[in-house]
Amino acid sequence: MTVEVSSLKELVEQASGTSGSPDTQEYFVNMGPQHPSTHGVLRLVLKLDGERVLRCIPVLGYIHRSIEKISEHMNYMNCVHLTDRMDYLSSIMNNWAVAKAVEEAAGIEVNDRIQYIRTIFAELERIQSHQLWWGVLGMDLGAFTPFLYGIRDREVLNDVMEETIGARLTMNYVLPGGLMADIHPNFVNRVKEFIKYFRPKLDEYDDLLTGNVIIQERLRNVGVLSAQTAVQYGATGPVLRGSGVAFDLRKDHPYGVYDQADFEVPVGTVGDSWDRYWVRVEEMRQSLRIVEQLLDNIPPGDYLVKKLNSKIKLPEGRYYSQLETARGILGVFITSDKKDEPYRLHYRSPNFNNLWCLEPMIKGDYIASLIGAMSSLDLVIPDIDR
Amino acid sequence: MAQALMNLISAPLLAQAGRAAAGAAPSMERARTVSDRAADALQYSIWAAVLYIAIGLVAVLVVVSVLGLVMSYIERKVAGHFQCRLGPMRVGPHGILQSLADGIKLLFKEGIEPGHGDKVIFIGAPIFSITATILLLAIVPVAPGIQVVDMNVGVVYIAAVSGIGVMGILMGGWSSDNKWSLLGAMRAGAQMISYEISLTIAILVVVMFSGTLRVSEIIESQQQGWWIWRGHGVAIVAFCLYLIASTAELNRTPFDLPEGESELTGGYHTEYSGLRFSFFFLAEFANLFVFSALATTFFLGGWLPFHIGDYEAFNRVMDILPPVISPLFWFGTKCTVLIFVLMWFRWTFPRLRMDQLMRLEWKVLLPFGFANLILAATVVLTGLYFFPTAT
Repeated sequence: MTVEVSSLKELVEQASGTSGSPDTQEYFVNMGPQHPSTHGVLRLVLKLDGERVLRCIPVLGYIHRSIEKISEHMNYMNCVHLTDRMDYLSSIMNNWAVAKAVEEAAGIEVNDRIQYIRTIFAELERIQSHQLWWGVLGMDLGAFTPFLYGIRDREVLNDVMEETIGARLTMNYVLPGGLMADIHPNFVNRVKEFIKYFRPKLDEYDDLLTGNVIIQERLRNVGVLSAQTAVQYGATGPVLRGSGVAFDLRKDHPYGVYDQADFEVPVGTVGDSWDRYWVRVEEMRQSLRIVEQLLDNIPPGDYLVKKLNSKIKLPEGRYYSQLETARGILGVFITSDKKDEPYRLHYRSPNFNNLWCLEPMIKGDYIASLIGAMSSLDLVIPDIDR
Repeated sequence: MAQALMNLISAPLLAQAGRAAAGAAPSMERARTVSDRAADALQYSIWAAVLYIAIGLVAVLVVVSVLGLVMSYIERKVAGHFQCRLGPMRVGPHGILQSLADGIKLLFKEGIEPGHGDKVIFIGAPIFSITATILLLAIVPVAPGIQVVDMNVGVVYIAAVSGIGVMGILMGGWSSDNKWSLLGAMRAGAQMISYEISLTIAILVVVMFSGTLRVSEIIESQQQGWWIWRGHGVAIVAFCLYLIASTAELNRTPFDLPEGESELTGGYHTEYSGLRFSFFFLAEFANLFVFSALATTFFLGGWLPFHIGDYEAFNRVMDILPPVISPLFWFGTKCTVLIFVLMWFRWTFPRLRMDQLMRLEWKVLLPFGFANLILAATVVLTGLYFFPTAT
């Protein structure tokens, strides 16, 4: 199979109402950049036949902020602080990805306490991200109530995390060599309270959406992404696992203290939107399990191994490090020329690859299915454009 | 529509003529509606008749606008509680003036017309939509005598007039010069016309039971008990069909495809702003009331209290309210419950897909409806329903 990449110009020239059967006239619509379901400024150029989607070309660049380029003029400590603006729902994990890359390159070992706290926060943020996604999926399929339910529970978790971090969205917590601050004295207790609060809420989620026959009809066998295609397009995270590929960095290449926690990686079978939905809901349960296991074992120690100089220099070479965010693998590629600024800093963002799965998933299906399938990809546009 | 208007005007006269022709049956005294009074007044002076018609029109217009205000407030409150939040709270006590504030805001908003759209149709569409609602409201029996027109072919009139609403939406979508709007309008056309059939079939069951097309007589036929439980399972099935089909007619979730704000960015009313936009919503909210009121009329005994056949003691307890309040209380309660159920649908269900919607109508509701109709005919012919002697 070859990946067909066509330019926008080529796409428009092809159509102009001449192709296809004489009974129908194909036409274009722009879905986005301002559209309620593209969740930000994603533009999809749709070639339609009635309500059927013949082509779906994503057009990017509406929120591009040159984070990679700006990073070339910043020292490594500063680069971290731009990352939580990429995938703002995985902000801590993004911080961690850069910190991990720098630490590996500079040969810094962090202590267990830091690893524990990083892992706990990463999992809490995964829950938080999936909560929002769950609500948004409901909203995209026409049910507004789940959105507010998701937000309601996310606020509870936000309060817990805010106490330590001081932010609610673009949380900036992990640094190369440690953390910005130690955890709040209330943190452990409040997370325990949250776990107690959220478990029954997950059942409520099931009552409201998972068990709903319309949701199942809307998601089952819609946007089927085969394992082969998913791998070819470089999809990661729940999108890949929904297609039946049990690849999760937390299990396969453990980092942090994931190897000390007992959890399962939910894997779908069909690769349809329903599988991706189910995988994420199940991931919330698993994340609760991980947090619960780690919470009581946070070892004592310092939250910063050593105060890293902002002039930290990496040895010459190329370094790659990756980490499983809420949406898939975030890779950080650093080229260092022994200066205190990266010669090149590139992010391999999960959403970018997941987005391109949209067309093979949805070709020939309805607009309404496109919305459902896109929602099941859980895209965060600033992560695509960076 | 012209035909419908003609009907509206001429129906009371026809009805009177019909009664005169029947001659021997004035014993069954119907409460006199506004149109009856107009018809009577016509014998003395045309201006008196015109006055009565004007009273009816003004009453309906007032009801439409009040319904718009009240319903949008209730909807927001219901939504607020479903979604674990408060809903409007700031404007007036418990946000009671919120709808009014919204109305004023919409009044002052600029009415934008799409540059290449068909302006006449674009402006006409919301008026069309609201006209259909007003025509429907005219036949809603709130209480004996509180009804604008009570024609002998009431059910046929309802079926005819409720089809006009789709025209407004089709016109709005077509003239907007916007592909999303057009898609929404096409969806609306397909959806509303399809579900119209199921809706009518569900109502026909009641027509068979009560043996009349006049809405006030349908209510009177339920003196011994409401059709929903007197008609065994048949009426319950018909009621469910009616509820589903009317939700589709109202374009409310799970059938809000014409609007489909997450797919079509608003569908047929994407290009509408300010007052014109509010007309569409006024029509939707008033329709919500109309369809609930009609369900009340057909299945839940309209303004009648809860009666069980010949159980005099029980019935007397139910009749305890004074006759002035009783019909309003019973009608209001039933209607409110139904409106709440429809809002409940809206705030819990996701939206169907177009093909699923069509499948539901043509492969599920319609066969069920027809089977139910035949079953109902059997029940009526064999007199198998409860208290068959009642009528």
